[in-house]
Amino acid sequence: MPEIVIFLLIKLVMTIVIFALWMTMVPFMIWLERKVIADIQIRIGPNRVGPFGLLQPIADALKLIMKEDITPAKADKLIYPIAPALLMVPALLAIAVIPIGGMVTIGERSFTLQIMGEYRGPNGFFVPELDAGILLSLALSSLGVYGVVLAGWSSANKYSLLGGMRSSAQMLSYELPLGVALVGPLLLASSLRLNEVVNAQSNFGIWFIIPQFVGFIIFLMSGTAEVNRAPFDLPEAEQELIGGYHTEYSSFRFAMFFMAEYLNMVTISALAVTFFLGGYRLFTDIVWLQPIWFALKLMLFLYLFVWIRGTWPRVRYDQLMALGWKVSLPLALVNLAITAIVLAYVPKRAVLVLTITSIVLITIAYYGSSYNIRRSTDMTARSGYARRHLPESEETRI
Amino acid sequence: MIAELVIFIILGIVAVSSAFAVILSKNPVYAVLFLVINFFALAMLYLVLSAQFVAFIQILVYAGAIMVLFLFVVMLLNLTGAIESLQDKLPAQRWLAPALGMVLLVEIAVVFLSGFFAQVPEASELPEGFGTSAPVGMLLFSRYVLPFEVTSAVLLIAMVGSIVLAKRRP
Repeated sequence: MPEIVIFLLIKLVMTIVIFALWMTMVPFMIWLERKVIADIQIRIGPNRVGPFGLLQPIADALKLIMKEDITPAKADKLIYPIAPALLMVPALLAIAVIPIGGMVTIGERSFTLQIMGEYRGPNGFFVPELDAGILLSLALSSLGVYGVVLAGWSSANKYSLLGGMRSSAQMLSYELPLGVALVGPLLLASSLRLNEVVNAQSNFGIWFIIPQFVGFIIFLMSGTAEVNRAPFDLPEAEQELIGGYHTEYSSFRFAMFFMAEYLNMVTISALAVTFFLGGYRLFTDIVWLQPIWFALKLMLFLYLFVWIRGTWPRVRYDQLMALGWKVSLPLALVNLAITAIVLAYVPKRAVLVLTITSIVLITIAYYGSSYNIRRSTDMTARSGYARRHLPESEETRI
Repeated sequence: MIAELVIFIILGIVAVSSAFAVILSKNPVYAVLFLVINFFALAMLYLVLSAQFVAFIQILVYAGAIMVLFLFVVMLLNLTGAIESLQDKLPAQRWLAPALGMVLLVEIAVVFLSGFFAQVPEASELPEGFGTSAPVGMLLFSRYVLPFEVTSAVLLIAMVGSIVLAKRRP
């Protein structure tokens, strides 16, 4: 058998396994979310179907699939059915660049546990890791917005349209700080390959969450906004928009929106683990333990997402925009500049200096931003913003 | 080599037909979506030419950010009824557009034909790491640093200009 066939077979098996693992995360996440939220709200949560209610998501999924799939009469016949898929496919593709384990050696072949990872075969057969892996995953996450916008537009429903509009503005605004926040770790690793970022963290002997704490906070915030999770879930704010862009969807297409949301959440968490928590490495270099370390760290972040949703109220739209443009982006840029300067002038003590500067920066940012947001949102409430941008209220018209 | 040619032909067909669909579709939202497909085909063509960095940037910037803004504007303006009225407002365009189109067509034809008859240079082996981010970055910040900085200045001017326009009181 030629080496290329073996290479493709190994990659195929790896893809199927990682895909299956990722898809099993979805029902698990739904169960975890319902249980944790119930706990926070002093309820019991699902406990009837299966042990600890573990089979509840499967029952929910079956119920959703059995329902009638309704298409509104005025909906766009071409785009309306494919919009959920447009959201879900990029969410699934993004897993291709994430390393879930280190180098595995079987006989004379060795490869990393990463779909687009490195592969070495006999006789010098060598396939390098995808060069700009992080760019691909950012590109894919930026494509998810099409699904949301088109779902909102094609439903021919004003609540859906408003939800789609909100989300496109929100996702575009937060893509920028999300990308810039990742440049700090990339500079420290001096590579765009995700596996190199993981290795750099073990070479430095420290997780990048310490020297890049500012980047981590911004990444977490923008990541939450990017996947439309609470407290940034304005595109689907029930109280204002009935349900936002998926108001008209039912049956399996509705389920696809939810699967996409959870998959995006898992992908953002996986990126956070890779960039800030040392990826698949912990204590030892035993290869078969590495996917387990990765999974444990992933769970930590998934729990954090649920925890945030259970405890924080939804922000207002102008607060969201102020947080994105007036706080996150400038802070991310300052962090990037500091990282670059420190790496250029004191590369030997970069970690120590960056840790100190990030503590200083986050303190300034905390007080500065709370002042900045309060001032700007007060201004929009008081000043001419409402007069200029909002339609006249009933009283002024009469 | 054959596989590369087949992929190139498929991508070429997708790129050209989606480009035609952009100008032929009546619904502006469809036109925007066909343009996105066109950008994807272009990105794949870059990948075939082993320029992976450019391919990813093409998807990230054009398909992911700029076209979303296009879609946003098209949806907000709701242009479906506006096209007929636009035709009456600009009568000069009816005559100007085909003329300018012909000029462009002649130009493209000249470039193509000169390419067909010119001496094609021998294909050479690509240098190590061609098209990856490191060499592209090196080139951008050494040989092409002036165009790079000028481009960023142009973008800054556009940004400042749009803010000035948006802030102007009616």
